[in-house]
Amino acid sequence: MSEAVNFKYIGTRPVRPDGVDKVTGRANYGADANLPGMIHGVVLRSPHAHAIIKKIDLSQVRLLDGIYAAVSGNDFPEVSSGSMGGEGGGDYKDLAANIMARNKVLYHGHAVAAVAARTRELAVEALALIQVEYEILDPVMTLDAAMAEDAAILDESMFTQGVDPKPKYPSNIASRIEFKRGDIEQGFLEADIIVESEFRTPTVHQGYIEPHACLASINEGGQATLWCSTQGHFDVRAASAKVLNMDLCDIKVIPSEIGGGFGGKTVVYQEPVAILLSRISGRPVKMVMDRDEVFRASGPASASHTRVKIGARSDGTLTAMSCWMAFEAGAFKGSAIMPGAMCIFTPYKVANFYIEGFDVVVNKPKVAAYRAPGAPQAMYACESLMDELARKLEMDPLELRLVNAVEEGVQAAYGPKFNAIGFRECLEVAKQHPNYTRALKEGQGRGVAAGFWFNVGMQSSAEVHINENGTVMVIEGNPDIGGSRASMALMAAETLGVPYEKVRVVVADTENAGYTNVTGGSRVTFATGMAVIQAAQDIISQAKQRAAATWELDEDQVDWQNGHAIPMPGVNADVEPLSLARIAANSGRTGGPLLGRASLNAKGAGPGFSVNIAEVAVDRETGKTDVIGFTAIQDAGKAIHPAYVEGQLQGGAAQGIGWALNEEYIYDEKGVMQNAGFLDYRIPVASDLPKIDTHIVEVANTAHPYGVRGVGETPIVAPLAAVANAVRDAIGVRITELPLSPSRVLESIDGA
Amino acid sequence: MSKMHVSASVNGEPVEFLCEPQQSLLNVLRDELNLTGTKEGCTTGDCGACSVMLDDRLVCSCLTLAAEVQGKSVGTIEGVANGDTLHPIQQALLEHAALQCGVCTPGYVVAIKALLEKNPLPSESEIRYWLAGNLCRCTGYDKIITAVQDVAQQMAKADKNAGEPA
Ligand code: FES
Ligand code: FES
Repeated sequence: MSEAVNFKYIGTRPVRPDGVDKVTGRANYGADANLPGMIHGVVLRSPHAHAIIKKIDLSQVRLLDGIYAAVSGNDFPEVSSGSMGGEGGGDYKDLAANIMARNKVLYHGHAVAAVAARTRELAVEALALIQVEYEILDPVMTLDAAMAEDAAILDESMFTQGVDPKPKYPSNIASRIEFKRGDIEQGFLEADIIVESEFRTPTVHQGYIEPHACLASINEGGQATLWCSTQGHFDVRAASAKVLNMDLCDIKVIPSEIGGGFGGKTVVYQEPVAILLSRISGRPVKMVMDRDEVFRASGPASASHTRVKIGARSDGTLTAMSCWMAFEAGAFKGSAIMPGAMCIFTPYKVANFYIEGFDVVVNKPKVAAYRAPGAPQAMYACESLMDELARKLEMDPLELRLVNAVEEGVQAAYGPKFNAIGFRECLEVAKQHPNYTRALKEGQGRGVAAGFWFNVGMQSSAEVHINENGTVMVIEGNPDIGGSRASMALMAAETLGVPYEKVRVVVADTENAGYTNVTGGSRVTFATGMAVIQAAQDIISQAKQRAAATWELDEDQVDWQNGHAIPMPGVNADVEPLSLARIAANSGRTGGPLLGRASLNAKGAGPGFSVNIAEVAVDRETGKTDVIGFTAIQDAGKAIHPAYVEGQLQGGAAQGIGWALNEEYIYDEKGVMQNAGFLDYRIPVASDLPKIDTHIVEVANTAHPYGVRGVGETPIVAPLAAVANAVRDAIGVRITELPLSPSRVLESIDGA
Repeated sequence: MSKMHVSASVNGEPVEFLCEPQQSLLNVLRDELNLTGTKEGCTTGDCGACSVMLDDRLVCSCLTLAAEVQGKSVGTIEGVANGDTLHPIQQALLEHAALQCGVCTPGYVVAIKALLEKNPLPSESEIRYWLAGNLCRCTGYDKIITAVQDVAQQMAKADKNAGEPA
């Protein structure tokens, strides 16, 4: 796709179709639905981080007036092992045990039982009557502790995968992975300079503002309807069916509006519990987590430990990169170690690399995807060390990256050859950016870092219906988490040649949309967008047929321009152009309504690269870091709705800044989280942040009709290192563990 | 325990409801009065999603007891638009794409309105500090701040024009 393409709607910034409902409070989110006769479900959670459940007694609670149902793990069917697929990965057996503990509790907050009662307050009171006998075990709270020889074992049946020979003893290390290319030792021998260091990042939470919420209702025939806030209602259906041993077609999932997810709402927690409670009670059951539960029992993202070593020639050319990395998976296997390992050196051309990764279970909640899962932790380590390398070489850090940057035709560290990508362009923009060169004051510092995320395609379906007056309905299956209805409408308008205002977009439930994978992986504008475009093209070909029939021409004698059928140039026909509205009005006479559709498994999601510039001021008295400037530069392929693309860049930057400076799970020695609320787990607030400048680079993704590449995830990748590098610049000392909290910064200043 | 009877005004209309003494205003608005536009993000006063006006004070409805509103007037997001016309603040948030998931938005609309009533032309840092009690995890705040700056200008201009003799 060349620069010369003139789009009429794409690239404009109209008001989103669902906007009015969202600024007036009319939009219904997960907790906003009610049904007659509805009762309320709540969960009893483990007070221990690691314990064996000896006995659960629900008999007393069941006798209480106003209690309609009470369940524990014993009331759920056995679920056998099997891969869940999708972005989060994971195993159904673990999912079932996470939803309701079976024999063991594996983190403080692990669900042990659930009760449904007339009111939420009554249900909460009733929890006190549930008697659980525990045998308390030692909690395993860190990577070091979990990987130690004599560690308490979370799962006696877990033997490390990916080591040869197969280990004799169970371990907390679920798997070991390895990627390599070239000759790593030779690579380091060729280096004029070698830098190495190790980095740690804490457990953090996605921090969506809307807690998990759902409403389940099951009829006497066993057919369930589930209303819930999710990034993927088809996945909720599949997971619920699996966990409850129900037939997929007996569960209808209606996605509510979703109040943020960032990957954390790709998994199910209370949805199957609500269905089961509804089945037992014969009533609709609503379940809403409180914030404390959200922190203790949903999300989070992996804590990590990464050792990196980089070798380079004196001109900056990289000769070798190696790393050892371990990610916490939480209570069950399945951290984002794989994508983290596949990302860590991907921005650079290097002939020799070696990557070793470990997926490690600990007594914390099972991690969930968080925006570019694995990449922020991995790239924080790589990009911090690249910064040190630039300092040692006395080279401009952007120049060092330009010398080594991957480009079209280069084989990516994770396998395929890159098509057109915009990494170099991002680096060039950064170099020229005034925010890169403006003067800083004493105590201030600047840092840069690069970010990368693969982006994914996966399966999507879409239908386009033409109303009898020519207006357009787009039916698709991805919950709109950040303005995707607007992007779908823009692409449909562009393809059909009808005004944006004439297009409406419906996010339909599992019975009214074709199968569609989650809103995640930065895939929606790319993959579902492609389905919408193809469904619109299907409409165009039908509309041309109808026009041809009306005009008594052959179909290939009709063209489509600006929303009208016209005779092809050179076709001799004395006819007026037929608008989509005219064709629709006549459709009863020409073959019935116009209905276009498409379904696909999208290939060729263009990788997303970014460069961030962070500017900070560090108060040497208190150790507090203020971000005083932040610039996010990213390749979007083609920005369909630039304002929402900028929004992704800004939102990801804010989350990354929080990760770098304040956010972390704090545990006591018993494995109990000490800061499970927004007061103590402090996400950035408006007064913490500066304006976040954005620059959208557009190197079209050739696999998408309009050049789109996903933009949602890459923005969170670079900020961690950009901020850390800026703090390094400001204080003259490298801190290798996040968050860069005032106490930690102060310690380093004092120690220096 | 017997329920308490409360009479108040909500969005200008007289309302009566029964509540438990410990029940929050947020809970009554959402569950008894079906005004679900006010959102719950934490129930601990930390996120601002539940922001409402109590007389002329901006409060977290999750920290306000429903019984406290006896005889007072409550303003929620549902009362901000005027008939079929959006409030300029709502319009500005839309035009600036200042919402992504939108769950924080009702709280912002109420909080921004309270700000501009007190301080019609706030500086950027006044806006950021006033809104520090409203968490948004999606936007990075940038577009919200810009929308507020923009709408403050517009409203001030409109006020000035309205104040001038024709
Ligand atoms: S719900 Fe009231 S401040 Fe969060
Ligand atoms: S738009 Fe999602 S929390 Fe603000």
